[in-house]
This record gives sequence, structure tokens and C-alpha cells, in this order.
Amino acid sequence: MKKEITFTLNNEKVVVEVDPGWTLLYLLREVFELTGTKEGCGVGECGACTVIVDGDAVSSCLYPVLEAEGKNVITIEGVAASDGTLHPLQQAFIDNNGVQCGYCTSGMIMSAKALLEKKAVPTEEDIRTSIAGNICRCTGYVQIVESVQQAAERMKK
Amino acid sequence: MDNLLHVGKNIPRTAETDKVTGRAVYMDEYKRPGMLHGKILYSRYAHARIKSINTEKAKNLPGVRAVITGYDIPDVRVGFLGDQTVLKRDLVRQFRDEVAAVAAITPEIAEEALKLIEVEYEPLPAIFDPLEAMKPDAPLVHETDARGRPLRSNILPLPWKFNAGDVEKARQESAYTATDSVNTPWINQCCMGTSGCVAEFDSNNNLMFCSQTNVIFGAKQRIQTYLLNIGLKGKKIRVINPTVGGSFGTKLDTDIYEFICIQLALKTRKPVRIRFTREEEFMALPPRQTARFTIEQGCDKNGLLTFRKVEAILDNGAYTSWGATTPSVMMLPISSMYRVPNVSFQATCVYTNNIYSQAMRGYGNPQAAFAVETSMDHLAETAGIDAAEFRMINRNHPGDVTPMGLKITTCPLEQCITAVKEKIKWDEKRGKRNGRGVGMASLIHVAGGARVYLSDGTGIRIKVNESGEVDVLSGSTDQGQGSPTVIAQIVAEATGFKPEDVNIVFGDTALGLWDAGTHASRHTFVAGNAAVRAGEKVKQQILELAVQYIPKMVKRSLKQQKKKNPDFVEPELDYTLIDSPEKLDLRNRMIFPKAAPDHPHFKTEVGKILTSGLHVGTGESKAVVAEVFWDPPTEMLNAEMKGNYSCTYAFGAAGVEVEVDRQTGEVKILKLVSAHDVGRAINPSLVKGQIYGAAYIGVGYGLTERVQLVDGKVVNPNFRDYKILTANDAIPVEAVIIEDPDPAGPYGAKGIGEPGLVPTAPAIANAVYDAIGVRIKDLPITPEKVLAALKAKEG
Ligand code: FES
Ligand code: FES
Repeated sequence: MKKEITFTLNNEKVVVEVDPGWTLLYLLREVFELTGTKEGCGVGECGACTVIVDGDAVSSCLYPVLEAEGKNVITIEGVAASDGTLHPLQQAFIDNNGVQCGYCTSGMIMSAKALLEKKAVPTEEDIRTSIAGNICRCTGYVQIVESVQQAAERMKK
Repeated sequence: MDNLLHVGKNIPRTAETDKVTGRAVYMDEYKRPGMLHGKILYSRYAHARIKSINTEKAKNLPGVRAVITGYDIPDVRVGFLGDQTVLKRDLVRQFRDEVAAVAAITPEIAEEALKLIEVEYEPLPAIFDPLEAMKPDAPLVHETDARGRPLRSNILPLPWKFNAGDVEKARQESAYTATDSVNTPWINQCCMGTSGCVAEFDSNNNLMFCSQTNVIFGAKQRIQTYLLNIGLKGKKIRVINPTVGGSFGTKLDTDIYEFICIQLALKTRKPVRIRFTREEEFMALPPRQTARFTIEQGCDKNGLLTFRKVEAILDNGAYTSWGATTPSVMMLPISSMYRVPNVSFQATCVYTNNIYSQAMRGYGNPQAAFAVETSMDHLAETAGIDAAEFRMINRNHPGDVTPMGLKITTCPLEQCITAVKEKIKWDEKRGKRNGRGVGMASLIHVAGGARVYLSDGTGIRIKVNESGEVDVLSGSTDQGQGSPTVIAQIVAEATGFKPEDVNIVFGDTALGLWDAGTHASRHTFVAGNAAVRAGEKVKQQILELAVQYIPKMVKRSLKQQKKKNPDFVEPELDYTLIDSPEKLDLRNRMIFPKAAPDHPHFKTEVGKILTSGLHVGTGESKAVVAEVFWDPPTEMLNAEMKGNYSCTYAFGAAGVEVEVDRQTGEVKILKLVSAHDVGRAINPSLVKGQIYGAAYIGVGYGLTERVQLVDGKVVNPNFRDYKILTANDAIPVEAVIIEDPDPAGPYGAKGIGEPGLVPTAPAIANAVYDAIGVRIKDLPITPEKVLAALKAKEG
């Protein structure tokens, strides 16, 4: 039995029919074709599917779609400015080799963005904790942490 | 060389901006009209006879478009030794054996259909321990070989045997010897993007295959053979890559799911995608195999190595892929790490009913290096020599030819060891046995190609468009390491353009020239060399055009000025400054006379020349395009496993400081230094990315990672139970880049994709010994093993 939900997706109000069994990840990828959000495990263990819901980073593969009702959801596609200018986090990932294969990158940026919105001047430990649920096989996290640090610096200015 | 404009700079990965905006098209986003979704039914037993398969119910499920079993497709063998078929008919020999496959309009329906397939099995005795499987009376995993000849043993017919010098004699003459047995575990490569492909036939049965392979021409060849064997002759195959979510060895061989996908596409006449779940990735993707080593080494009274003898037993699993060829790379550290005159090595690959194995980053090197480097520590102690000093006195030197026939060109191993010693504070911290300790290990790896196939070459075509974009077409691939950025820097340097002018087209057999594959840390070296050579040709062509057109353009412009302004005095110009290409140079898009770089009339933006060259209007226009196929002067290993199979070798060392908690057995890494000989860093930031990433996988290898197989079944197929490190582990790792440009490398560069992984785990094991005085010889070094070893030691 389909149900209608209304929520804000990347700063736009959307009304959509969903199957109550869907996850938010399914809705984003299959209905809205916002495929920047990745599925790395589907069971909440890798963070590739991270999106921001009402300011918090969540694993969209576990997030029941009905709970999105009335919420404010941001995906990687909603991070850059509307004219395409990259967000400082995105730019920093490019500049600091924070991205290799890129499969974890959307999730990493979303986790880091949720952090920076709460804490503009994070410690290295804050950064590491914020992305602890995001697995990366390529980078050893070093340049990812550096990217987030640089983005925070740039955003302060 | 110091005049380099782009090489050696941290050029950002701007070409990959789509990866940070979510636009990059990975396999999951590669869609075709009418595309179906394929799913595979795997065996429920490690060894069993299939008595019956009933697919009727599955076929009748709405939305299902095809259900196939081994009886629906030709019984054709695939794989390195041809020891398996695509779908298994009579026998299953491992839990991941593919028994049936479904194509449906959604993945969910395909999954549902799998549950409706009824398979009746008759379980057979299975064998999981390679030592047991080697016994003469062990049940056979394969009754016959690929040609139907009876097999009498589970030991693979592979000749991994190496001998140099006289090991027996050297042993007798040695002042000290050490013998160890070590084990390395099954490891899953854990690419964050799981396996998958899309197969699509056109109306003429030509195949478009979107694959994550890093050997596009190898994959094409295997698929071509397969199609031929199933009766599709003369079909054209195009293999393309999407953006690839990591490879680490998994994309070297063509996997069974890829052949299944092709069969489903053929059957349904629709594009079909197969995409693995994470659980499948753990259960059904060939991992790095487990290996057991016995190693014995000796040295004389001055500490010089006299001999090394290694025997290895490798669990091949039920079928054969590249895992069985890893001994060819185990050879590197065994025969050639440090100067050791007498060496013998034998590796035995054994069939079992475990999951079959394949390659992983470093190939056989991390396994063998764990044996060699922990044993080096042991021998140093036996001989009473400091372990760093022991490595130093036995180190390789430039100009050495090793017992395997490797010709060492550049070799800054000494600097690597010294850097590690300093940064880890070796002299101050070593030998305290107070729960904290430091350890070290070195590495040698191929860094100038690796002749594992008849060709070790890469072709690069560079074409310069009228407005000055530089298209680079190659059969190489990028699995995330950043090769497009590195090649763009090299091409910009060689042609005289800017990196941002360069447009890299990789991963398409229809566009790229043949490439042996982006593996074996060979891409920067081999493709880089091809790129330099093709780039120089392009530059030469442009400069020839410049000789032709700059004088004309200058004269025309002077004439026009004169026309506009009758008082204009035409300057006396020395046209001999630009009358031959040798007198000109092109850098950062500007063409100028070498003798007068800032010449106000002759200095010309390259775009003007390109347009002039194309728009002559006399029927003699000229497009700028050049190609080079470069095959490095390397040798294939001969029957004795000797040969200089790479153009150059990379050295390096890792140092680790650990703290071991005697109560919990936990090993904490306080510092990890990874120092690497990279020849020249084309892009230091990217080089560090390779070192950090590989070192981290090395730490996982040392401390946490292990695919647990219980009676052939993977029992930890998820990230909760298979522990890979997270950002929370916060291991302070320092990458040290040692530059000693290699004469054969592009601008002196060597390969660096794999080395970082190699010395990490043995360095950790050696540090643990330094901390608490017990040697853990079985990876990973888990708290349980530490506690057990401490208990055993304390009696
Ligand atoms: S896909 Fe959601 S956590 Fe892995
Ligand atoms: S960049 Fe590949 S998984 Fe993080």
C-alpha cells in the first residue's frame, strides 16, 4: 500500500508516493535518481549512503522512508551552490587528494558537513569521530582528515 | 630536469570533480534502456553432487525473464587452468559455486526467483586443510583436469621451484641460522564499490561489456575466447569501464559472474546488470589465499646472509585464478630482498573445497615479506646484531644482479632504512621490552613494469585538437589511484601544454591502444614512458608546423600594420632564430625561440599554429596526432624462474612503534613510518595517498583482517565481523618519499601502487616482539594470540 510523504529534499519541497518498506536510500536513488548517495553494504556498516537529515548524518540504507515525512534531507547533490560552485569541503577533497576511487566520498563529505555545521572549529579527534562510520579502503583516511581540516579553515575566513 | 613545470607538483585531481558532487557514473549508475537485473544462486554445500534442479516456479514468477542452469548453456570451461565451468551441472566444489542464474525486471524479483529454484544435493566428503589435501589418500577436489585426463592429487601442476647457489653447503658453513614457520590469512580486498557488470548484445550479437576490469584487453580476449567456444564466431567485443570503486586485485581476472551476465544477456536479448551485495562480495569473490611458510636463513659471523630456504603451501581453493600465480611475486623478496647468494624456494598450490583465490594488492609480496622480514629479525637476534644494522649490512646496492636475475638499477634502500630509524627513534627505543617496542621491515617490488604476459606494453595515442585540448587515449584504467592526473602531468610536461588542457580517455577497448593492464604497480612507469615518447612526437610535429607558420604569420601581421599605418617601420627580424624545430621550444602552451624566449614577434600561443596547420586550404593541412606503443625491455621468467622481469625495482622500509597491553593483549600502533623509493614523485600528494592507503591495508593485514572460513563457508561476510580499520583507529602514519630518479623511468619515476602494503605487517610483528618478547607468526596479530603467546612464554 503506497503512502504519500512530504519533505524537503536539497532545499526543495517534494511530495512523493512511497512504499512503506522502502529505505530512504532506495527512494533517493531509484525514485529521485540522486545516485551520488552510494550503497556500500546496505546494512548500516559502511557509511557510503550517508545523508543529512535535520542536521544529523544518518545511514540512509537503514532509514525508513516514512520517517522522512516533514524532515529536511540533504544529499551530496545538494552540497554545492546552485550555480555549481563547489562547497569548501568538496573543493578541499579535490585539492588534498581526499578522494581516490571516490566510492566513500559522498558519505564522507556528508558526515563532515554535519560536523562542521555543529562545530566550525573541530579537533582532529572530532573529525575522526564524525567519519568513524564511513569506511574508506583507499586512502587510510589521512588525506580525508586533512581535507576536512582545510575546509574548516577556509570556511572560517 | 629541474626545469620541470608540471612534474613533481601537487596538481589537484580536478578531472575527478564528479566524484565529490555525486555525478560520477559507477557500475551502479550505468544504465541501459530495458535493462534487466541478474542474480546468482550459489551452492549450499562445499562439496556435493547436484541431483536435480527445478526452475519451473522461478520461471513462472511475474517479472522474471530468464532462469538458466548449467543445462541451458554450453558446457564450456573457463579460468586460468580451465578447471571450472560457468554454471555447475553435476558437482559443486565450494560454497560459492554458481548453480543457476536469473534475469528479472528488478533485482528484488530476481532475488525472489532464486528462492523458488529447487536444488537437490547429495553431500560429498570435503577437504579444507591444504596439508590434509596433500596427503595421497585425500579425497580429490577434481577427478580430472581440463582435458579430461585423470588427476591423482590435489596438488596443482605448477612449477614453482627456484634454486640458486648451494643452499646445503651454505647452511653448513653458516655461523648462525634461524628457522621459522609463519602463516598468513585469507583476506578480502574490500573494494567499497562491489563487483558488477553490464552485458549488452546488439542485433548482430556484438557485445558491449561494461566491466570494472583493470585489464580491458585481457578481459576482451577471455570473453572473445568464451564466445567462440559457445559458438559465437567473429563477434566484436567492446569492453568499457565505468568509474571504478576500487580494485586491489579483484578486477584482474574475469570472474564467473561476468560470464553469467553475458549468458543472461544472450538469452534475454536485453542488457543485463549483475551487481554484488556486500555479503556476496565476501562470500563469492575470490580473496587473497592463506599461505604457510617454512623459512630458514643463515648468516656468517659478520652477519652477512649466506642462504635462504623457503617452502610455501598455498590454499588454492576449489578452482584456479591468479592466486595460484602469486609465487612468481613471492620470488621477489625471497630471492632478492637483501644480498643473499644461495636461495631455494618451492611453493605448492593445493586444491581444497574452500573458496577459490585470486590476487590482491602486492600479489605474493606481502605474504612472503612477512616470512622473510620476521625471520630476518629472528636471525639478527640469534647473531647478536641490531636488526636495523643487520638489514643495513645486507642491503641491496645499485648494479647488483640478484640470484633471480633482477638487475638493480637505482636502490636507495639505505636512505629508506635510515629515514625509518631516525623517525621512529630506533636507537633510543629498541630493545626495552617494557611493553613498548619498535620494529622494522624492508621491501623490494617491481616498479618498472612486470612481464607476466608476453607483452608488458602500453600504447598511448595523443591527439591535439584545433583549439588546443590534448586528448590522450589509452587502454589503461583508473581504479581510483589517480592515474589520469599523473598521465596528464606527464603529457603536459612532454608536449608543452598545461595539465588542464589534457583530457584523459581510459578504459575503452575501442578507443585505447593495447595495454597489458593497470596492475603490478606498472602504470605510471610503462604508460608514463609511452606518454613521454608520444608527447615528444606531438611536440615535434607542432614545432615543425611552427617553423612553417610563425614566419608567415609574423610577416602577415607586419604587413597589416604597415597597411594601417604607413609610418610603421618594419623591424629587421632574424628569421634564422626559428628556421628549424630544434631552435624552438614549447612550454605552457607558448612556442618561442630557445635563443630568445621572450621574443616579441616570434613568441606564439600554440592554438594559433594548430588552427593555421589545419586551415591551410591547399590540400596539405595537418592534424597533430602521435602514438607510441612502449614495451619495456623486460624478460619473462624462464623455466628456472629467473629473469629480469621488471625494468626497475622499488625499495622501501617501514618502521612501527607499538604498545602492547599485557592484560588485554591489545596491540596499539603509536607510530608508523613508511619510507619509499619512488624514483621521482610525479605528484607527491598522490604518491602519499598510495603510501597511506597501502600502509593502512597493511596494518589491517597485521592486526585485524581475516576472512573466517568454517568448513569452507565464509562466516564473517560483513564489516561488523570482518574488521577493516576506520578513521577512529587514528594510526599516526608518516609517509617519507625518497627520490632517486631512475634512468628508465618517466622523468625518473618508479611505480608505487603496491609497495606500501608490503613491509607493514612484518614491521608490526617485529615491534610486538621488541615490546613483549614473543613472536606472533600467524597473522593477524589478535589480542587472543598475544595473550596465548604470553601465557605460553611465561609457562
Ligand atoms: S550502505 Fe548504508 S551503511 Fe553501508
Ligand atoms: S576513496 Fe575509495 S573507498 Fe574511499
